[in-house]
Amino acid sequence: MAKMTYIKAITSGLDQVLNDDSKTLIFGEDVGKNGGVFRTTVGLQDKYGEDRVFDTPLAESGILGLAIGLSLTGWRPIPEIQFMGFTFEAMDGIVGQLARDHYRFGGQKKFPVTIRTPFGGGTHTAEMHSDNLENYFVSTPGLRVVTPANPYDAKGLIISAVESDDPVLFMENLKLYRSMKDEVPDDKYTVPLDSAKVVREGSDVTLVAYSAEVNEALSAADALAKDNISAEVIDLRSLSPIDTDTVFASIDKTHKVVIVQEAQRMAGVGAIVASDIAEEKIMSLDAPIGRVAAPDSVYPFAQAEGDWIPNADDIEAKAREIVNY
Amino acid sequence: MANGSKQIVDFAKIKATMADSYKHPVQVIDREGKVVDPDTLAKYSDDQLVDFMKKMVWERTLHEQTMNFSRQGRLGFYAPTAGEEASEMGSVTAFKEQDFLLPAYRDLPQMIQHGASVAKGFLWSKGHIQGNQYDNPNMIFPQIIIGAQYVETAGVALGIQKNGDKDRVAFVYTGDGGTSQGDWYEGINFTSAYQAPAVFFVQNNGWAISVPRRKQTAAETLAQKAVAMGVPSVQVDGMDIVAVHEVAKEAREFAAAGNGPVVIETLTYRYGAHSSAGDDPSRYRTKEEEKPWFDADPLIRMRKVLTDKKLWSQDQEDKLVEEYKDEFKNAMKEAEAAPAQKVSDFLKWTYDVPTPAVKKQIAEFEAKESK
Repeated sequence: MAKMTYIKAITSGLDQVLNDDSKTLIFGEDVGKNGGVFRTTVGLQDKYGEDRVFDTPLAESGILGLAIGLSLTGWRPIPEIQFMGFTFEAMDGIVGQLARDHYRFGGQKKFPVTIRTPFGGGTHTAEMHSDNLENYFVSTPGLRVVTPANPYDAKGLIISAVESDDPVLFMENLKLYRSMKDEVPDDKYTVPLDSAKVVREGSDVTLVAYSAEVNEALSAADALAKDNISAEVIDLRSLSPIDTDTVFASIDKTHKVVIVQEAQRMAGVGAIVASDIAEEKIMSLDAPIGRVAAPDSVYPFAQAEGDWIPNADDIEAKAREIVNY
Repeated sequence: MANGSKQIVDFAKIKATMADSYKHPVQVIDREGKVVDPDTLAKYSDDQLVDFMKKMVWERTLHEQTMNFSRQGRLGFYAPTAGEEASEMGSVTAFKEQDFLLPAYRDLPQMIQHGASVAKGFLWSKGHIQGNQYDNPNMIFPQIIIGAQYVETAGVALGIQKNGDKDRVAFVYTGDGGTSQGDWYEGINFTSAYQAPAVFFVQNNGWAISVPRRKQTAAETLAQKAVAMGVPSVQVDGMDIVAVHEVAKEAREFAAAGNGPVVIETLTYRYGAHSSAGDDPSRYRTKEEEKPWFDADPLIRMRKVLTDKKLWSQDQEDKLVEEYKDEFKNAMKEAEAAPAQKVSDFLKWTYDVPTPAVKKQIAEFEAKESK
């Protein structure tokens, strides 16, 4: 077991799947010699060759078309879309075609594609390089969407995603890439594709978060604990499907909930979680459902990100409001 | 540079000469049914030539019968094929069972030739899932999103190359309108970059619903667009089945030998509407435009060649038409006997492993369906 960054954990997971299954292929813009613009695939071309890890022409729709066609000929593609904002160029490939193809074939063919893409903000990237676009994909039947919040889950989830015969959108948080380290087993292990995780137990309020906001929620829980407010923190990990059982079990315990997302209020998956809770657990709640999200503007220019992205203070304030309701 | 001095680049000349290599579409039989390339025709046996004719009669009869079924309300969406028999049958017959076909919605006849049954074609039109389940695994269902099949072809061709399959290629169709899509370019360019085995067909039938070919691009030919991607390309008389077949066969051999893709533009014409959903060609084109194309009919010119060789008669053709009609009527009965579709099946096929919510919905629908 070694301490690994989030990005190294993903690289380790990719190394594992390339080693285990000779039909896996990594491709995209700059993923070969350069190892990806963030170095997620660094060293993999040297180890597995240009046949398995290769650069594509610069065209996202082409990259997704390539993934679908490769699936049709027995391959297990792992395409990279360099930044999540560029998935719009591949929207037909991901949403219009890939997600629907298993159904359209009446189950005759499988499309085991794992699309990796960095998302989120807080790293002062150039305009249109930071985005939280998960809401466009979680409303797509046939597609799974997962996003790890720590290095351990990053490795376990990427292995599960690649081994799944369903298409998976694997969202990697830009800010987490190098900002946190964790003990990560060297050997193979998997994290299920449809399960949330209670990352901190508590009894007064449930904080439901995903990706980088899980860490903000944990910081908020630390601050709340100083006033003897006990917050339970849930990391959704899977955004499609959402593991409502884990969320509901927590609400049965705390009777209060705050949903946290990095995305704008009208985006993200907070509204979906809120509606699931309202549908099934409204009688178990002792306060309104609280929500913390970025405001509904276009993603801001780099210098304004700090004021815009929800942080631990925002979560703490909302949790106090809900607890004291 | 001062006014009036010699220009360093003659853009006007470049523009005027860009299409020069494409101005003589490949032709074996001209529009009057005269053999203009006897050497190529001589490569084909009498049986092959008769078979070409039979296939075109089959496709024309399929078209007419399908239009009848549509008028009777027994079919859903259908894209008429009359006029395109030489382009469709000439090309598909140049490929082998192991080749991977990526059709567009006007390409049901090629799919049937490639191993889907006629009943499957009807089921697809009627909106039944069984129309998308094929015995020949080397095929995808008709693509609706214009150009999407082009980028997918790049993946299939690369997959074939990576699998080390010999004597196997991907082949794909779109229309003239499809060449305006970004995916058309991306698909061919990717395939070219990887030198993967694929043959790209543009069935230039003159119209993308109501928009004429000349409004799709200022390029004089669609074939010349391939030059930008380093891909050899050619225009062929798409009303001449022998020319289309010969070009397609040579393209397949070139691609299968590891030389990368080929683009073929077939010059053809859509006699009827874009689709059975009801656009009216008289709103957007004239009888004067249509007539020369109807006169260039691929069946008429092949009939003449075969009649001259005493290989064909009107009686023979009439008999064939009746046989094909029976075949299509039986296929329609088979399609109409397909079991009703079940929502629980759609749910089962949405994911390989159903999500918890989908599992619940499957159980709910199975309970409803068992009542």
